[in-house]
Amino acid sequence: MSLLTVQNLQQHFPVRGGLLRRSVASCKAVDGVSFSLGEGETLGLVGESGCGKTTLGKAIVRLLNPTAGSIHFEGQDITHASMRTLRPMRRHIQMIFQDPAESLNPRHTVRDILEEPFIVQKIGTPPERKKWVAELLDKVGLSAASSDRFPFEFSGGQRQRIGIARAIALKPKLIICDEPVSALDVSVQSQVLNLLLDLQRDMGLSYLFIAHGLNVVKHMSDRVAVMYLGKIVELAPATELYQNPRHAYTKALLDAIPIADPTQRRERQLLRGDVPSPINPPPGCAFGHRMKHPKWEQSVGMDLTLKEIAPGHFVQPCPCCT
Amino acid sequence: MSNTAPILEVRDLVTAFDTDAGRMTAVDGIRFDVPRGKTFGIVGESGCGKSVTAFSITRLLPQPHGKILGGSIHFEGRDLASLPIEEMQRVRGNDISMIFQEPMTALNPVQTVGRQLAEAILLHTECSTADVLARSIDMMQKVRIPAPVQRLNEYPHQLSGGMRQRVMIAMALINKPKLLIADEPTTALDVTVQAQILELIADLQQEMGMSVILITHDLGVIAQVCDEVAVMYAGRIIERAGVFELFAQPRHAYTQGLLESIPRIDSMPKTQLKAIPGNVPGIADFKPGCRFGERSGRAHSAEHLNTRPPFVEISANHWVENCPICVA
Repeated sequence: MSLLTVQNLQQHFPVRGGLLRRSVASCKAVDGVSFSLGEGETLGLVGESGCGKTTLGKAIVRLLNPTAGSIHFEGQDITHASMRTLRPMRRHIQMIFQDPAESLNPRHTVRDILEEPFIVQKIGTPPERKKWVAELLDKVGLSAASSDRFPFEFSGGQRQRIGIARAIALKPKLIICDEPVSALDVSVQSQVLNLLLDLQRDMGLSYLFIAHGLNVVKHMSDRVAVMYLGKIVELAPATELYQNPRHAYTKALLDAIPIADPTQRRERQLLRGDVPSPINPPPGCAFGHRMKHPKWEQSVGMDLTLKEIAPGHFVQPCPCCT
Repeated sequence: MSNTAPILEVRDLVTAFDTDAGRMTAVDGIRFDVPRGKTFGIVGESGCGKSVTAFSITRLLPQPHGKILGGSIHFEGRDLASLPIEEMQRVRGNDISMIFQEPMTALNPVQTVGRQLAEAILLHTECSTADVLARSIDMMQKVRIPAPVQRLNEYPHQLSGGMRQRVMIAMALINKPKLLIADEPTTALDVTVQAQILELIADLQQEMGMSVILITHDLGVIAQVCDEVAVMYAGRIIERAGVFELFAQPRHAYTQGLLESIPRIDSMPKTQLKAIPGNVPGIADFKPGCRFGERSGRAHSAEHLNTRPPFVEISANHWVENCPICVA
C-alpha cells in the first residue's frame, strides 16, 4: 500500500472583484492531480513558476482546504479532516521551506524552535526534550552549542539544517521539501542534498521533492512528475523521464537546462511565450495552446487523464504534445 | 587602438565599504581583461564580490560608503576608476550599460516603458520626438517584444518577468554600448525564459558587436554562453581561463570542488554528491592568505593562511591564485 495517494485533487482560489468583492472567477492553481507515493520513495515535482507545485504541497500538508478530489495518507482520508483529527497526523507529515530565513521565528532560539514540535504534540519531559534537541542538532551536522543561538547567527545552509531538524523532530514518514536548496549557495547545496539523502536512508522517509532545478530533482528522485498549469503532464521513473521524455513540455524543459559543460553547447528548440495564467486556463491541452500547435483543437473535450505508455511511464495523451 | 586590444583592462582593483565595524574590503586586488566582442563570465557565490566588481566598473557603488581604494579600470584609453563623475555619467548608459537581476526593482514602476526608454535616449543624444519613438519601437522589436507600440504605453507591472527583463535589455542597448554588464540577468526567471533571454543577449551581441560581462552563480549558464571565465571567491579572482580550458582542466581546489558539487543530468540518482565542507566566509572573516584554505580539506600552514599567494599565468591565458596547497 502506498503511503500517500492523491486523486484528482483540485485547489481553486476565488478571484474577487467589483464593489461587493464577489467571486468573479477562479484561479485553478491545482486542477486535477493524481499520484501516489510509496514508503522511502522520493517523488520529484518540477515545473515553471505558477504551475501549482507549491500549492499542491500545501494542500497535501492541509495548510489549505482542497476544493475537490481526495488525499489519503496511510489509507486514511485527510482531504477534509478537521484540525482536531489532523493534529495526530501532522506528526507524520512535515514540510521544509525554501527560505529558512523566513520560516524560522527570529525571536526564538534554536532550542525553542526544535522543542516546539514536541510541546505541540505533548511529548516528553523538559529534560527529555533537551536531550532530543541535542540529538537532532547532531543528526543535521550542527554543534550542540548552537541550541542557545538565534537563526540570524547562522549562514543560509546552517539555517536550512535547522529547518530540516525541525521537520524530522517527530520522526515523520513524509516530508514535503519545497525548493529546499534554491536559496543556498552552490557549494552548500550539495551538502544539504547529501543530508536529505542520508536522513531518508536512515529514517525511511518519503519525500515529495518540489524544485525548479531539473538536475537537482533528477538527482534526488526515484520518480519525477512534470506539472504544467495545475496538471501533471508526465510522470515517470527519473532516469526514464530524462532519457526518454514523451511530452513536448518535458522535452522543452529538459532542453532549457544549461548544462555545465562547454563542450555540450547546443542549438535549442526554445520555448516561446510565458506560462499562461491559471485564471481561465485554455480548454484542452494548455501547452499545445501555448505552442499554437495545429492539432491543439483536437485535444479540446478529450479525456486527458494520464495514460501508461511504458511500465511506470505516464503521459497526458493529447494529440498535440505526445 | 588596435581591434585586438581588450575592451576593458582591470588592474589590482580594490573596493571597500566603510561600515560601523570598520573598513570592509569587498574586492581585494583583482585583475582581468575583457576581450573585444566576447562574453566574459564572472562566477562566484554570494558575497564573493562579483556584483561589487560590476558596480566599481560602472561607478555605481553605494555612496558615501563604497570606495575604490586602488587599481585601475582602463576602458577605451581612459581610467574609469579616477574619472570625474560628470564624465562618468556620459560613459554610463552610453558606452557601458548594465542590466540587473530583478527588473521589477530596476524599472520605475510609475512611468511607462516608453518614457523610460525615451529618457535613456535623450540623456545622451539630442533627438526629435519622432526619432525617439522610431528608435524605441525599433529596439523593442530587436528584443522581440510583441506589439511594441502598445507595450510602450504600458507600465512595468503589466508585463511578465521575462518581458520586463527584455525591456531592461532594450533600455541598456538603446545607445549601442560597447560593453554590456549583465548582473545575474536570469536568476529570477524560469529555466525556459532564462534560455530565451540568454539567446537574446547572444544574438544582440553578434548583431551589435559589443562585449559582455556576464555575472552569475550558475556554472551551467557560464558553460553555455561565455568565452572566458573568472572564478571569484571571497573578494578575489582565484582562477581565470578560457571556458573550455577552465571546465576541462580546473587548477584551483575551489574551482574543482565547485564543478564536482553540481548534480549532473547524467549522474546516478540518489547517490552522494561531492560537497565542499563549511560555509562561504563572511567579509569580516577574510584571511590575508589563501581564503579557501580552511574549506579545502587540505592542510594549510599558518604561513599559507597569512601570506597572499601570487596571481600567476600558469599556462597560456590560464591564471590562478597560486596557493601551493590548493593548486597542486
